[in-house]
Amino acid sequence: MFEYCANPDTLDGLAWLSCYLTTGKHLSFYTSFGTVLVLLAITAPVALGFGFGGAAMARSNVTPARWIGKTYIAIVRGVPDIAFFMFFVIALDQGFEYLRHQAFCPDWDQPIRQGNDFIVCSEAKLPLSTSPQWVHEIYGFFLAVLTFAIVFGAFAANVIFGAMNAVPKAQIETAGAYGMTRRQTFWRIIVPQMWVYALPGLSNLWMVLIKATPLLFLLGVEDIVYWARELGGTKHQRFTDYPHGDWRMWYFLVLLVFYLGFTKVSEAVLDRLMKRLSRGQATAGGEALRRAAA
Amino acid sequence: MSCVQTIADYGLRSIGIGERLLPTTDFTLCQQVTLIGSGMIWNIYFGVLALAAGFLLATAVALGKASNNVWLRKPSEWFVFLFRGSPLFIQFFFAYFLFLSLRSNIEFFEPFTAAWLGATIVLFLNTSAYASEIFYGALQSIPKGESEAADAYGFSGFNKFRKITWPTMMRLAWPAYTNEAIFLFHATTLVFFSGFPAWRQQGDALYYASYFADKTFNPFVPYPILAGYFILLTLVVTGLFGVVNRHLNRHLPNESRSKIRYRPKLLR
Repeated sequence: MFEYCANPDTLDGLAWLSCYLTTGKHLSFYTSFGTVLVLLAITAPVALGFGFGGAAMARSNVTPARWIGKTYIAIVRGVPDIAFFMFFVIALDQGFEYLRHQAFCPDWDQPIRQGNDFIVCSEAKLPLSTSPQWVHEIYGFFLAVLTFAIVFGAFAANVIFGAMNAVPKAQIETAGAYGMTRRQTFWRIIVPQMWVYALPGLSNLWMVLIKATPLLFLLGVEDIVYWARELGGTKHQRFTDYPHGDWRMWYFLVLLVFYLGFTKVSEAVLDRLMKRLSRGQATAGGEALRRAAA
Repeated sequence: MSCVQTIADYGLRSIGIGERLLPTTDFTLCQQVTLIGSGMIWNIYFGVLALAAGFLLATAVALGKASNNVWLRKPSEWFVFLFRGSPLFIQFFFAYFLFLSLRSNIEFFEPFTAAWLGATIVLFLNTSAYASEIFYGALQSIPKGESEAADAYGFSGFNKFRKITWPTMMRLAWPAYTNEAIFLFHATTLVFFSGFPAWRQQGDALYYASYFADKTFNPFVPYPILAGYFILLTLVVTGLFGVVNRHLNRHLPNESRSKIRYRPKLLR
């Protein structure tokens, strides 16, 4: 990157380090922090949407919808989440390919599962074997986001369902007395008020989501864990201009510090948000704010 | 090969007893159930050891956090923040590579790079941090009256802690601690997916489940089996902790006892 990096063998000390830390692979390492942030930025709202949908369904009057909602909430409990991550990525991939297979190759007469193989016609492959590398990477990332959204959506649904039930009953009865329909009560009374009850649970979930991002590595995305292992491993003179011993410990120390910092910042932001939402609410937090102002 | 034979061959495969080679073709349901069940030995091993040792450290750290002495309080707070603020997954990786580089200098650290010791230490420290936060919360919510009554009866120092403070703290913390125990068991599945290598393919339940999923390209059999085992384990843990909970609350009238409610805390 710098002029003087042309011949690394002659460098030492800080100059060597500055060259080492700006190699192409290291730049990929830095962008992978961006990958993590992008994943969080996409997953959080999608999971919230899933959660909202799940909670609304679990409260529904329609029995099948209620069952679906409740099952969705219940399904992710009792089992290690990492098992879900491993499961969904393969299951979703096979599910998509199976649907495309049904749509594109109706003439196919062989079974899809042949012994230990899962075989669909080549037009149904996802992504198509002819597509360029970046499509494969985007598809992998997309699967990861969907998996995260499904798993964390179920957790969020659990929190939001509880929050909806925490809205004071009197409020809902009053809405009924004013002649609001169930739908109107839901959108005008329950939804605006539930957030303050949901926020402690959701912020906890956000912390958990941050701490779940290293699992991207298990889903086959080239994330920070992948690069830390890759770059930290012992490098020999023959393959690189910057030979060094096993530095993986230091790379993972950097990741550790990154996550600790991220947690600290999140805590501060969520605290402020909680204060903002508590304003004027009939909760202990709201009461404390009122007292402080008076 | 009959199912009994399979169980004899693979029932203790995860701890190196029985058949060396894993099945490679024609996987039967019996093989999958047996091997994944065999892997559960590791999950239980990690969970039980970390919980037992973590309980003591967690009590100490909780007291440290509540202490007036800065030299006790600050390190306790940092310890909790360090282990609760970062992903367990990264902690495993870091610890493994730390032990690896220590080993190259000092002979003593040889066993630390193996999962049975290294991963147990990480899990032990991790659960201590989470549990100490629970205990600390319980310590803060001990009714003032109880502590004052103890003073009035002339209790003080360690005697007061052992007879009054500690039992109440346990009673208040127990439902939350039960959940922590359940999720510690769930967290044990991360061990062989992080830095720690599975020696001679002796892994935990998830290790074998993903082995089968990779080989058969069919996730719909091994993962539900794994899920079944874990639901079973969760029920056993809830049952055992429920017995303790009843014992802790035995002096209270029935309706005011705190019940254990299953509240998932998810990933760590």
